[in-house]
Amino acid sequence: MAAAASFKRWLFRLYGPESAPIVLTQRRVYVLPTKAGLTYAAALGFMLIGAINYNLSLGYALIFLLAGLGLVALLHTFRNLVQLEISPGHVEPVFAGDSTCFGLQVRNRRDLGRFSISLHCEGGGTVSTDLAASATTSVSLPLATRRRGWLRPGRVTLETRYPLCLVRAWSYVEPDMRCLVYPRPEASAPPLPLSATGEAGGARTGMGTEDFSGLRTHQPADSPRHVAWKAVARGQPLLTKQFMGADTAQVWLYWRELPPDMGVEARLSRLTRWLIDAHARGLAYGLRLPGKEIPLGQGARQYQDCLEALALHGN
Amino acid sequence: MATSTPGKVRGARRVSPALTRSQELWLFACAVVTLLPDVEYAPVWLTVAVAAGIVWRLALWWRRAALPSRWLLTFLVVAGSAGIFFTYRQFFGKDPGIALLILFLALKLLEMRSVRDGLSVIFLCYFLLLTHFLNEQGIGVAGFTLTALVVVTAALASLGHAGRSVAEQLRLSAVMLAQATPFMLVLFLLFPRVQGPLWGMPADAYSGMSGLSDTMSPGSISNLSLSGEIAFRVKFDGEAPPKPALYWRGPVLTLFDGRTWRAGARQGKVSLPDTASGRTFRYSVTLEPHNKHWLFALEMPGTLPPDAVLARDYQLLSRMPVRSRIRYEMQSRLDFVPGAEESEASLQSHLNMPANNPRTRALAMQWRSESATDEALIRRMLDHFRQENFFYTLTPPLLGENSIDQFLFDTRRGFCEHFASAFVFAMRAAGVPARVVTGYQGGEQNPVDGYLIVRQSDAHAWAEVWLKDTGWVRIDPTAAIAPSRIEAGLASAVPAGEPLPFFVRADLSWLRDIRFRWDAVTNSWNQWVLGYTPQRQREVLSRLGMREPDWKAMTAVMAALCGLLLLGLTFWTLHKRIHADKTVRAWNRLSRRLARVGLARKDWEGPADYARRVALAQPELARPMETIAALYIELRYGKLGSKATQQQLHGLIANLEIAAPK
Repeated sequence: MAAAASFKRWLFRLYGPESAPIVLTQRRVYVLPTKAGLTYAAALGFMLIGAINYNLSLGYALIFLLAGLGLVALLHTFRNLVQLEISPGHVEPVFAGDSTCFGLQVRNRRDLGRFSISLHCEGGGTVSTDLAASATTSVSLPLATRRRGWLRPGRVTLETRYPLCLVRAWSYVEPDMRCLVYPRPEASAPPLPLSATGEAGGARTGMGTEDFSGLRTHQPADSPRHVAWKAVARGQPLLTKQFMGADTAQVWLYWRELPPDMGVEARLSRLTRWLIDAHARGLAYGLRLPGKEIPLGQGARQYQDCLEALALHGN
Repeated sequence: MATSTPGKVRGARRVSPALTRSQELWLFACAVVTLLPDVEYAPVWLTVAVAAGIVWRLALWWRRAALPSRWLLTFLVVAGSAGIFFTYRQFFGKDPGIALLILFLALKLLEMRSVRDGLSVIFLCYFLLLTHFLNEQGIGVAGFTLTALVVVTAALASLGHAGRSVAEQLRLSAVMLAQATPFMLVLFLLFPRVQGPLWGMPADAYSGMSGLSDTMSPGSISNLSLSGEIAFRVKFDGEAPPKPALYWRGPVLTLFDGRTWRAGARQGKVSLPDTASGRTFRYSVTLEPHNKHWLFALEMPGTLPPDAVLARDYQLLSRMPVRSRIRYEMQSRLDFVPGAEESEASLQSHLNMPANNPRTRALAMQWRSESATDEALIRRMLDHFRQENFFYTLTPPLLGENSIDQFLFDTRRGFCEHFASAFVFAMRAAGVPARVVTGYQGGEQNPVDGYLIVRQSDAHAWAEVWLKDTGWVRIDPTAAIAPSRIEAGLASAVPAGEPLPFFVRADLSWLRDIRFRWDAVTNSWNQWVLGYTPQRQREVLSRLGMREPDWKAMTAVMAALCGLLLLGLTFWTLHKRIHADKTVRAWNRLSRRLARVGLARKDWEGPADYARRVALAQPELARPMETIAALYIELRYGKLGSKATQQQLHGLIANLEIAAPK
């Protein structure tokens, strides 16, 4: 198994992630007939036997023309993929269990259109795209996430059977990009331990819905009720209205205060849930993990730092 | 690092995607185009059924209705196959095979759902296009097949990418076929040809070939004369003999039952005339297939084509029936009279005749007694044809049991077979050994390519009588009654208004001119495309300089040429159009030059930032760099990039003077 894998790595020149942009040079594009292509070849063989048996001179001509067509198809399919340029694009962090999308920029370096190019990463869904002459397009490769931490798309396969379905050309790229996968938030977690935290001061649900304190960029976890819809209507990006209570409640999320029998992932999962809740309620929160502490804070930056710390815990 | 390890989702078998509506339309179109020529050859019921099936399928497509159930399709398969079996009484062979393919194509249309079904339809169409050549291989069929090929290949391309316009698909298909043509030429020329058949041919493989037969009864040659089909073509090496001397010897008939002449025993060796002396003509014959053994040559043949023998009656016979167009070189002695050494038994067999036609016998006996010599007797008989009220016509009345009597005394209207038959019968009755010779007389010179075209309408029958001390002498009774048939051809010999084949008519000279040109094209097609046999291939290749064109050498050259072609095409397709944008190239050139003075552009640096950094390092470059960056941004990202802007940028970059850093 290992030998097969290393053979494959050698054959397809897979030497780990490559720095962008990756150009699919001639040596990186492989072509083989598809099942339909093999059937086509077999049909030509039968036709040739018939032409020989009946001495059909035009039959020979037809068969040879079709054989030539097969070779030309090989070339066209190859050309449809070669000299394509791939560069990593945008990736959004997601929670484990959700599906992420690896954005890839695909650039057509030739002033001829390309058609039916499909991309997929191992274990992910397939995306198909056409490319106009000299155009650049971005595709999003969906990939399901299971575990927290960094997720790489791994080996991305680009393939095409255009134009005649008789030949498959494919190439492997390993773009240097990664997606941060946050721990999966616990589904039915106990409520946010406001009272359990000594330093939290008054356990006031200082969600602060009274006093508007400002706008900040919208985070996926923000409640839609706090979106500044008026600003959206004016054409501005999604913003979240922030409110301050009389005094903002604080919450510390402690690793060690969780029940001792909980496993690592379960703890992270619960902390993630609480973090989301705390953020949604506009609390100031801090996170203390073994070997890592994030002081009290608020806002998008704080939220991301905490989630990242949870995602990368133990790495 | 907690990289996720995905499972093998893709391990699931690729499900062939469903066909889109436009793909279905393409497949209908390619099936209809492919099936068009079959209308002429397929049984009528099958044509009607398939047409109905396609119309039904189109209606289903229009109404977006569900396809017929599997049970109905199974029933249709069984019913259709049974119909084909009852039509042909078998499943094997050319015609039932084609009929089955047609049936399967129609039924596949009725059950096609996925792209994989679409591919089956396409491959069936390719196969059916091949089968059309079993019926005909003319230029017209080739042209039609090429057109159909463009449509079928466009349908195949639509399976690869559905969302393009009809014109684009057709264009792609035509371009790809054009690119495939060089491969076809190389393979056609060099693929080692094998002489078929590889296995026994089905019995019906050669049905429908016309030509002379080895029997002759009243009406058989006049029927053949109505056909304008070409029997063979001749190219003379040097001068051609005059038209009246062009007797192309075919089956020689000696046995007579009162109505029908048949070939007699042919065994026995004869010697070839000496072609080194006398009036020898050299020529090559390209014979159309007629599925019989005989080959045609001018009287008398002086050489033997390969795989042929000369029968005792000086008839050229091929060892194998002529089932494909063949070409052979011949030499003939026109002044050679064979049969000086004829045996007594053989002569006796040329006197046998049935005991009917009493009036002719009586007349012959009377002439015999009145004539001193055989020659006088022959003259007497020919004079009889000339002086009495005989008519040369393509539409003679039907004759009964005593056909000779009826013809000579009652109807007196006949075609060459009537005259030849009556003459030979009368000669035999008078005790002169005689036989009927069939073949072709004359031919038509094509001024365009110099070939002499001999058609079925030139079919002819004449007589040979054996004269002591001389041998077998040709006597053509038709020449007595209708000399212009021999001098000028059939059209001038039969009365006006007779149903002549269209091509033989003399009154349409412009048509004849077109026909000659067309026939010259057809002939080269036959000689070089259809007649490209293993033998021809060796000839052509050795003329092209291959010293020993055996299959190994041919395969090697073929593979090498195909490889070169592929390489050339690859180079052309890959390098013709890959070019970084001109603007980008100029920009890259600039950054390379600046890199030499330590101002290489960083990968992440945009044009404006780069220009600013360069300006900071070398203030004298500030102005030009600013313009260049602005132009670059305009050309790359703006909408108004024009040729003038492009040229301005190139000029600026080329003229930029970069000083070495101090």
